[in-house]
Amino acid sequence: MRDVYIAGMGQTRIGELWDRSLKDLAVEAALKALAEAQATTADCLIVGNMLSGELASQENLGVFVADSAGLTPVEAVKVESACSSGGAAFREGYLRVASGAAESALVVGVEKMSDLLPDAVSSGLALAADGDSENLHGATFVALNALIMRRYMHENGYKHEDFSGFAINAHRNAASNEDAMFPRAVTAKDYAKSCMVASPINLLDSSAISDGAAAVLLSARPKPGVRPIRVTGSGAATDTIAVAARKDPLWLSAAEASARRAFAQAGLKPEDVDLFELHDAFCIMAALSLEAGGFAPRGKGVRLAMEGEIGPTGKVPIATRGGLKARGHPVGATGVLQIVDAAVQLRGGAGASQVPGARVAMTQNIGGSGSSVYTHILAAGD
Amino acid sequence: MELPRFHRLRGTLYRLEGSRCEDCGALSFPARQVCPSCSSRKSLLHRFKGAGTLWSFSELYQLQRGYPKDVPNVIGLVKLDEGPMLLTQITDAEPEDLSIGMRVQMVTRLIRSTGEAGPRVYGYKFRPVVGG
Amino acid sequence: MKTVRPVGLCGYGAYVPRLRIDARSIAKIWGRLGRGFPVAEKSFPGADEDTITMSIEAARGAVARAGIDPRKLSAVWVGTESKPYAVKPSSTVVAEAIGATPFVNAADLEFACKAGSEAMQMAAAFVGSGMAEYAMAIGMDTAQGKPGDELEYTAAAGGAAYVFGPAESAAARLVASRSFVTDTADFFRRAHMRYPEHGMRFTGKPAYFHHTLGCARALLEETGLKPSDFRWAVFHQPNPRFPREAAEELGFAPEQFEKSLVCKRIGNTYAGSSLLGLAAVLDVASPGERIFMVSYGSGAGSDGFVFETTENVALRRGDAPSVDCLLDRRQPVTEYARYLHNAGKIRTH
Repeated sequence: MRDVYIAGMGQTRIGELWDRSLKDLAVEAALKALAEAQATTADCLIVGNMLSGELASQENLGVFVADSAGLTPVEAVKVESACSSGGAAFREGYLRVASGAAESALVVGVEKMSDLLPDAVSSGLALAADGDSENLHGATFVALNALIMRRYMHENGYKHEDFSGFAINAHRNAASNEDAMFPRAVTAKDYAKSCMVASPINLLDSSAISDGAAAVLLSARPKPGVRPIRVTGSGAATDTIAVAARKDPLWLSAAEASARRAFAQAGLKPEDVDLFELHDAFCIMAALSLEAGGFAPRGKGVRLAMEGEIGPTGKVPIATRGGLKARGHPVGATGVLQIVDAAVQLRGGAGASQVPGARVAMTQNIGGSGSSVYTHILAAGD
Repeated sequence: MELPRFHRLRGTLYRLEGSRCEDCGALSFPARQVCPSCSSRKSLLHRFKGAGTLWSFSELYQLQRGYPKDVPNVIGLVKLDEGPMLLTQITDAEPEDLSIGMRVQMVTRLIRSTGEAGPRVYGYKFRPVVGG
Repeated sequence: MKTVRPVGLCGYGAYVPRLRIDARSIAKIWGRLGRGFPVAEKSFPGADEDTITMSIEAARGAVARAGIDPRKLSAVWVGTESKPYAVKPSSTVVAEAIGATPFVNAADLEFACKAGSEAMQMAAAFVGSGMAEYAMAIGMDTAQGKPGDELEYTAAAGGAAYVFGPAESAAARLVASRSFVTDTADFFRRAHMRYPEHGMRFTGKPAYFHHTLGCARALLEETGLKPSDFRWAVFHQPNPRFPREAAEELGFAPEQFEKSLVCKRIGNTYAGSSLLGLAAVLDVASPGERIFMVSYGSGAGSDGFVFETTENVALRRGDAPSVDCLLDRRQPVTEYARYLHNAGKIRTH
């Protein structure tokens, strides 16, 4: 397989964007990415999205974006993998170029979540869980994460406030991201006062419903004139769809397996990673991702947050441009937003939340409650 | 209205029916077509007794549409005595009375109903053990 | 009336929800504080409970105590006036849940508070005729009281299930049964109305007492028995006063009927009322004791039964919770609003 480069990228603002439709968001991101790459089209279009049918009354999304962005007759397809649809779409585009099947791939991640009422969105997100054994019993996404978090706290002796570092870090980093949904700092006091959503998860432990899109143009040739960003590792894996069916519900084995595959391909280890754009949809996922990725021993992921090691100058910088928590989590777009955030860091463009000397970035996009995970490693330079 | 779907599920929902691998004896709930232990495709119906321990729980403040809005609404993971774990609503308990590790038992309750005209979906929930 | 082959109660199971609303909390809203209440508190169902779920639990207890394979049941009959569906049987859900399907008869019965006892009489006949080995009868209700009406203080939730089978394996055999029915509209609910209407004092002498006493006297005469021949007496309990008066009128003494007065603690469980009273008695009865039971349902009528406990009465008694255990399992609620919310009386559309 040959090298694949990020030749261009773009994103929209993330937030409750009442004036922007699914189409508006996808087209904006797609055209920005093409413009930055000084390209007019690509060999294929891969659209990452989870809930366009449920929340925006639109399927056939590959065609929908190709047509709206003026790219027909390019081949186009929608890729869905719950909240890791973006990561899945990115891997799909990467494989097409790496294999030689395409010279370039335009990957667009998009989600429009604010058109329907919150309980409809909640019901939509719950479709990622197992229908008969989880969703039917009223398990919302927050609920599944809450079950894991409570048990994790019980087994490892943590208090709720021990997790506050994740929210504080994410929000502080979002302040230097002009496209972030919540560019406002939060304090430990805000965290303690925040209301419960599903105990023990409170509002500041969770990412919010948001709209947004991001796009990346992958190419067999690097973009001239800028530091090249190469995809050096790509790995994916699955675990059981239902949390109750996991051999070990407190271990993200799909995250571990996909990270191993990405590391193996890149010839790298966790110590080589300068920043980790992990899937902090809920802070418990952040803790478990750090453990599964090999950045902290089992049960100790939270310690990195407690000891202040997750900031831009810490041992394992995470959510460096706000993460899902503060930059936003328009679910199908997130995997591609993580790539964009990582690439911005590798180009030295992150401002106050820049990770000094960042050369190797890891992104990890988790679908469902850990059931479908896509890990990528990007390296700057040659 | 999904009438056929709930009809297919009645053994699972009403009687806690799962599967037992014919080759290695591994138990699964819900039933699985491929054994998670030995990958065999031969399985038999297995009815679980409905006794277990509370592995984790959460009090929900945001519910999906159509779920009885009792105060509070608690969801839990229960490890059945026979081994498999399941996700279920926890009923007949105030959250302050719940603790990880407590013994729970299955009851059949209304899980979901869609308004005054739609079907009522009954199925398993778990509660702290009553009687002795 | 007697069966062709001897039959009896082979198993029984009771159910009462854990929530209780006290009479004072209701009275406060309606300006009725300072007046006496028939009962101090009543049971009401959780938001995920209804006649079907409660019947399933009682039925499981009855099957456990009967010690039979549920596929041996030839009938599951549910008597109630609070059917979750106006059309679609509650009994099929119960039959499916306890594993009695598919070779089983299932039906729902309605006759106000005697729907459960008439299911019992039919189950006895099904087995007694030789058509069935075992048959199940359930009386269960989540009684609806009109907000602000005096019946709201007593309309409660609960009931019991009975497995009838061969007398040889019964905990109590059936000696005789009688019914007494007239068309008397003392209490009723029209099809699309949410709450019943009642004739207030008309529900007393011409209704409850006329039918209860008429049935009781006929049954005593048929069997040639006197009240003193019985250890226990169970009556329909809309409140504690009516059954006490009827019992005393017939010549029964408090030590015979007080044990069965479950309503003192939880109110009137309608179609479950006399069946719960009988279960409370079976929980403590010794072998060789006669039980007199007369139900009452508005509309109106009474079903009477004479049972005699056998040496098996305590055999599997511990296999299901006792009525006392269920009565003691209380989660008191003092917010009328929570009761209204659970009972579906707060309209959101």
